[in-house]
Amino acid sequence: MWTTWVRERAVSALPPEKLLPDRQPAYVSSWIYVFGVATIAALVVVVASGIILGLKGPEWWHVTAIGRFFNGIHLWAVELFFFAMVVHLWGKFFMGAWRGGRGRTWVTGAIVFLVAISAAFTGYLSQQNFDSQWIASEGKDGLNSVGIGSFFNVVDFGQMYTFHVVLLPLAVIALVVWHVLLVRRHGVVPPYPAKAAKPAAPSPPPQATPSEGSAP
Amino acid sequence: MESPVPMVLGALFDLSHPAHYLHWHFFQMSVANVVVILLMIAVFVAAILIPFPKRRRES
Repeated sequence: MWTTWVRERAVSALPPEKLLPDRQPAYVSSWIYVFGVATIAALVVVVASGIILGLKGPEWWHVTAIGRFFNGIHLWAVELFFFAMVVHLWGKFFMGAWRGGRGRTWVTGAIVFLVAISAAFTGYLSQQNFDSQWIASEGKDGLNSVGIGSFFNVVDFGQMYTFHVVLLPLAVIALVVWHVLLVRRHGVVPPYPAKAAKPAAPSPPPQATPSEGSAP
Repeated sequence: MESPVPMVLGALFDLSHPAHYLHWHFFQMSVANVVVILLMIAVFVAAILIPFPKRRRES
């Protein structure tokens, strides 16, 4: 049955001790490794605050004190999300985290970075204030110039809001889940091997000294 | 009694005026944005250099 096939493949790829490990390699004991989970923590706050903003609507998040507070939470969680994600990206780049068959981990991370930027841009368009109106009226020129303005219409609030609230968050969450499962499957990349100590340079042969009174 | 925190923060971060920009050839970025990027670099370096607390082994 297909369920047996799916279960056997899933358990083979990610047995429980790999899916939910209780140990980590010694080299993971470094602060640089906290930025991936910090990104996910910020994303949880972004999504949770976004759900509340979506349920209550623009009148609430512009007019009421608690609405403006949640609007601020959503904004600053996004700022922390990108802060942590970019520091995580720098760390992974300089440790060559694509090595050892981890190419898909790197690529899913790169793609989720780009999708998150799109989610942030549609968020700017969803504010329902003069700022977002300006951003839409300016942004349309750039997208029209590359020919996608009719498919992705930044002055169409309904389309931009739907992208921001439904489509792009689903894409970000799906990519993050895939990214983390790949990390679980392949493990954290080991550090680059230490450079071997150079052998001591051989001492030069003794130079013959010229004898005194030799002919020029 | 009103909290003094908003007054203090308002004095430090005055949002009533247009932002200051750094402008060099085609590069233009607000000072605030540059500060955030410098802070990110500082956090990155600190994360690499600051030692991670060692787990005490249970005897």
